[in-house]
Amino acid sequence: MNRRTLLATSAAILAFGAPAMAQDDPTKVGFVYVGPVGDGGWTYEHDQARQAVEEEFGDAVETVYVESVPEGPDAERVMTEMALNGADLIFTTSFGYMDPTMNVAAKFPDVKFEHATGYKTAENVSAYNARFYEGRAVQGHIAGHLTESNVIGYIGSFPIPEVVQGINAAYLHAKEVNPDVEFKIVWAYTWFDPAQEAEAANVLIEQGADVILQHTDSTAPQAAAEAAGNVYTFGQASDMAEYAPMPRVSSIIDNWAPYYIERVGAVMDGTWETSNVWHGIDEGMVGIGEITEAVPAEVKASAEDLRDRIADGSYHPFTGPINRQDGSEWLADGETADDETLLGMNFYVEGIEGDIPE
Amino acid sequence: MIALEKRPQPSRTWAWASPLLAVALTMVLSGLMFAALGKNPVEVIRTIFFDPVFSEFAWYYRPQILIKGAPLVLIAVGLSFGFRAGVWNIGAEGQYIMGAICGAGVALALYPMEARWLIFPLMVIAGALGGWAWAMIPGLLRVRFGTNEILVSLMLVYVAEQLLAAMALGAMRNPDGMGFPGSRNLAQYTSSANLDLIEGSGLHWGVVAALIAVIFAYVVLSRHLFGFHVRLAGQAPRAARFAGVSPARMILMCMGLSGALAGAAGLFEVAGPAGQISIDFNVGYGFTAIIVAFLGRLNPLGILAAGALMALTYIGGGIAQSSLGLPSAAISLLQGMLLFTLLAVDVLTHYRLRFRKRSLA
Repeated sequence: MNRRTLLATSAAILAFGAPAMAQDDPTKVGFVYVGPVGDGGWTYEHDQARQAVEEEFGDAVETVYVESVPEGPDAERVMTEMALNGADLIFTTSFGYMDPTMNVAAKFPDVKFEHATGYKTAENVSAYNARFYEGRAVQGHIAGHLTESNVIGYIGSFPIPEVVQGINAAYLHAKEVNPDVEFKIVWAYTWFDPAQEAEAANVLIEQGADVILQHTDSTAPQAAAEAAGNVYTFGQASDMAEYAPMPRVSSIIDNWAPYYIERVGAVMDGTWETSNVWHGIDEGMVGIGEITEAVPAEVKASAEDLRDRIADGSYHPFTGPINRQDGSEWLADGETADDETLLGMNFYVEGIEGDIPE
Repeated sequence: MIALEKRPQPSRTWAWASPLLAVALTMVLSGLMFAALGKNPVEVIRTIFFDPVFSEFAWYYRPQILIKGAPLVLIAVGLSFGFRAGVWNIGAEGQYIMGAICGAGVALALYPMEARWLIFPLMVIAGALGGWAWAMIPGLLRVRFGTNEILVSLMLVYVAEQLLAAMALGAMRNPDGMGFPGSRNLAQYTSSANLDLIEGSGLHWGVVAALIAVIFAYVVLSRHLFGFHVRLAGQAPRAARFAGVSPARMILMCMGLSGALAGAAGLFEVAGPAGQISIDFNVGYGFTAIIVAFLGRLNPLGILAAGALMALTYIGGGIAQSSLGLPSAAISLLQGMLLFTLLAVDVLTHYRLRFRKRSLA
């Protein structure tokens, strides 16, 4: 017996073994994290959702997780370990886990996989993502009102569509309420690096920014803003409420718990099917953290109105007329962006200066 | 009381015994840490050091040790030459990245041509050359302007990382990838794929190259004049100069050799286990290899053992995290302890312990 058949046999044993065990053994759910669970941002929120799953199902579920897993062969090994050890469902929570997830999923057809923020799916692989740009629109609205220098700083992580969407959404809604607003964008090339994020924030503050938006996960920009005084920031990925009411005036909260609970439930009662979802404020995957008293009451009210209109579907953050940076028309008057364009977004809208790095 | 007494000659016995003692001490010390974390230390140690090799799923973990260990050994063997001769290449991580970029560049430029016999060897050469060229920068600067190769090679790691990000987002981005960063998957392209030579064995070309490097290094160091010069330059630089060893040539040879091997390691990784040029392609093999080189006493066979041990802690560490709920930082601490205890125990190589009764003053 060579190793390939051995692998297939083991997978088969797992496959046949799983339904039999489902009666008395708890459903085993694995989570693969890209950062430490204590990052206070992205991974922290995924781990909160894991704990919510445990709370929801109690003894009927067993969760395991591995943190700080590099994207690549290590991720593949960690996922295989989980599958070998009897996981029924595995959440892989970073874009870079996409190919490893597909590879491992092909070897374990009876284990379900859920990959965050990617675009590939298979018989046993679903993809899920959040419409962060909806939250960005609300942030941009508040930021446009708050800025006095008319310079808004933006800490980008990587120039990928998800981040570009956020920059465009924030800019359009800041511009709407403040035509003189200008965006300064710094690319940190990291999701989580407190030292680098603090440096980026300081550079932006020196360039005159009095509001800082971030697509990175640590609270270092909040600390930098607090030290500088009179600089507004927004929590990213998690609420970062410890910096409220100033410098953190609101936040985008990734709330994965409802989705995780739904999917674990689906595996338990055997109704799990491949899907590719992109949830927003409406479904509760994107939350807007409390808008503090540092924001004038009428701005808070209009921001909450914007949030509610996005949630009930009466308003889409990308509604034409919108031109691309080069002046060509992207969306005609009243037209809204389709998901496909958004998912591959690689251009700035008109008015943003600078280039998306290549 | 205990006193240290310098040995006239470094002890040969302790030179070999101290790594073993260090491993044993690490198990004890880390066991205390695991106990403090509320875990059963025996169970954790067993999971980390034994489960990857002897457990139920060892048939899966054993090949993983080869995959994880091969780049470490390949890089560490290259570094050991320089470290023996007093040439400090700390930037293997950058050379590893450049090797991957150059090798992947060849494959992506020729895609989708099907000619494995041509493309794969070309990639290996390009990978080694890429690493070599990146190492030549600190080498030449040192020889020509007397700059510090430790600083220059280290700083070039960060330059290489930026280049890597630029490649993943720009020139090498997969045109079919919907605008997401990352190149085409080289492991899925027949001409460039560095797959297992025997399915499921973990034995890819990088493992073969690592084994060849170990044998080659062993022969050169023990039998060849260059190996003698390397040892001489490290132990007695003045004597080496009298023996006609040119310091400049020694620096360039050592930097070039370590750079080429690191570059080749990067190529084997990107064409096989990793599969693609991505922003986070490098995971620190170039730095971990420094620990492996010293843990292996800068000896090729020692490095082979040290690389396997280090790979074991990664694999076992992963199992301990998922099955015992250990934090990942605890595994990094264990790996750090390994080097730390080794350096501490090394005192025994150069000093003798004397137990004396306190004399009455």
